[in-house]
Amino acid sequence: MSTRVVVLAGGLSAERDVSLRSGRRVAEALRAAAPEFEVTEADVDSSLLEEFRADPPACVIPLLHGAAGEDGSLRDVLESLEIPFVGSVGDACRLAFDKPIAKSLLFGLGVNTASSVALPHSTFRELGAQAVLNAVISRIGLPLIVKPTKGGSALGASVVHTAAEFPSAMVGAFAYGEVALMEHFVEGTEISVCVYDTSDGPVALPAVEIVPPAGIYDYNARYTAGTTEFFVPARLATDVAEAVAAVALEAHSGLGLRDWSRTDLIVDATGVPWFLEVNVAPGMTETSLFPQALTEAGVGLGELARDLVLSAIARNS
Amino acid sequence: MSGSRLDPWVDSYAERTLGMTASEIRALFAVASRPEVVSLAGGMPFVQALSMDVMADTVSKLIRERGATALQYGSGQGDVTLREQILEVMEEVKVTAHPDDIIVTTGSQMALDLVTRVFCDPGDVVLVEAPSYVGALGVFRAYECGVVHVAMDDEGLSPSALEEAIRDVRASGRRIKMIYTIPSFHNPAGVTQGPQRRAEILRIAQREGILLLEDDPYGLLGFDGEPPRAIRADDAEGVIYLGSFSKTIASGLRVGWAVAPHGVREKLVLAAESAVLCPSNYAQLTVSEYLATQPWREQISTFRDLYRERRDALLDSMTSLFPADITWTVPAGGFYSWITLPEGLDAKAMLPRAVAALVAYVPGTGFYVDGQGRQNLRLSYCYPDPDRIREGVRRLAGVIESELEIAHTFGTGAVLLDSEGSVNPAPNIL
Repeated sequence: MSTRVVVLAGGLSAERDVSLRSGRRVAEALRAAAPEFEVTEADVDSSLLEEFRADPPACVIPLLHGAAGEDGSLRDVLESLEIPFVGSVGDACRLAFDKPIAKSLLFGLGVNTASSVALPHSTFRELGAQAVLNAVISRIGLPLIVKPTKGGSALGASVVHTAAEFPSAMVGAFAYGEVALMEHFVEGTEISVCVYDTSDGPVALPAVEIVPPAGIYDYNARYTAGTTEFFVPARLATDVAEAVAAVALEAHSGLGLRDWSRTDLIVDATGVPWFLEVNVAPGMTETSLFPQALTEAGVGLGELARDLVLSAIARNS
Repeated sequence: MSGSRLDPWVDSYAERTLGMTASEIRALFAVASRPEVVSLAGGMPFVQALSMDVMADTVSKLIRERGATALQYGSGQGDVTLREQILEVMEEVKVTAHPDDIIVTTGSQMALDLVTRVFCDPGDVVLVEAPSYVGALGVFRAYECGVVHVAMDDEGLSPSALEEAIRDVRASGRRIKMIYTIPSFHNPAGVTQGPQRRAEILRIAQREGILLLEDDPYGLLGFDGEPPRAIRADDAEGVIYLGSFSKTIASGLRVGWAVAPHGVREKLVLAAESAVLCPSNYAQLTVSEYLATQPWREQISTFRDLYRERRDALLDSMTSLFPADITWTVPAGGFYSWITLPEGLDAKAMLPRAVAALVAYVPGTGFYVDGQGRQNLRLSYCYPDPDRIREGVRRLAGVIESELEIAHTFGTGAVLLDSEGSVNPAPNIL
């Protein structure tokens, strides 16, 4: 009997399209690398759990981006069904997916994080938006970046250079979530470091340097091939490259993440890395960073997925 | 040292592809395809209202009896029998022509492409309604035309605004090649030009020597009375008429047509042959077989009744559920109503919240080339049933309430101005 692996992708978040592309890519790579597996792709809908109960897969690879995929809830359900899955457990996802919480925990572990404030819409409504915005500017300064506390692909994120731009940036962030993170905008080089687990512990892949066309790595820059320039490995001095890898490993281990993660950072002009966020379901599309880092390291996406599937099955048996 | 841009051909693309990029809006529409979401976004005809047994029999009979023809290349101008049948269909909108005046196309979208290819050099101006059909704007941009929007009112394209636009464009030294108009049950505005308005627009086009491109996909889908008389019925030389079976039979067949003056038609056929050799014989003969054997007028009547009921569900639920200060057009046919939000709300910025609330629409900016339409959105009522429409409006009403609260909190309620500094013109006066 073949080992049935289900790649879960799609869902109802604003990143559905990205997730579907990630799922297809991982499924294809896994089919090629592990012909002994029966790999299928599934969306998340009301019939899914019934199907899992009737015919439990040997392993699930959740590649849902956004809320249910990364906030830990789906993974809790998989755990309660005792279905092995690739990726972090629900509790760790909850810490990582909420950017202010992840920042706060990693700050406690000695990682540099830019000063920030996270506030719900109700705070602005009750205290008066202008007064709160003024207070935020005086605390963290300009420029700053506003983004939803939960979510990815830079959806709802915008950089604020002047106080006049602040209100519309807040409206943009609240369109994607109930709480907005306002964070000092660190000028520098945008870097991502992907981490995966091996039997010898987590390994950091070569850092990816991102050079978006207009300086902002927005949705268009992320998913339009040819728009953004990538350097893998990143053009960093050896000590800085080691420092960014250390931050990514700290984020992976410090938040209790498992199997794979991607940490986004900014390296400022003095070579200091600043943690931005960590992703528990990193994008795997044609333009995503994880596959580029794997290629540079000579690791096949399908082979990695196969190893992680086998590891997930082994830890549940 | 240069890095990788993941596309080795990135420096080879034509300049016209510069705007072809990923967008958050397209990403959100991926969610709208899920059944949990009430989509008031797409203009998908409700083809389930067709008898699938009839369609199966039609296709089966076609393949059994004329399979070798249906599965073979055909004429670049289209099947002659179908062209004769199209004349019969166009009698409904009082267009008379000769079968040789017709070219059958892969949906009327292809006819739009061919007409633009034949007439427009880069920089030539096409005058379009404000707002206009997004598919036409895409074609005009692909051929690097200058698109100039002309204001509408509740009766469609405004003659005075049209005259002013012609003056302004010519004064700027640019050539106007066409006036593109959707006179009946406009997409997206939902308004219809009356007979007097059509006559005025035709007079202006004739006086100024500008070709009129009349797009009429919804002309037979009026809810009351006779279908509006096409502008082409009153001028065979100055008007190109575009028709389609997408809404009256089935959009998946991709069969449309253009009726054009003789010289133009010759060029369109040559352009069509270079683009696709010939339209699908299989699809054309399916339509032809259907028209020959089925009571197609009754089927259109069924579609009309169905869409009228859905239009009523949309209008009634908007009246009872939407907050004050929202206005909308009342379509007398077709698929769409054009909504104007209270000042300061931005329909594009609101879309993620709507999709999270499991309802989708098309933001108004998609129907302009110049950034207008932020305060507008298009709701289509053609596909969801009345109960789903009511549920969608209920969800959307909640989204608008939340957006109003956020706009109020952050004081972003300023009047939106267009690029000329004036308040957006729009056909939204009830």
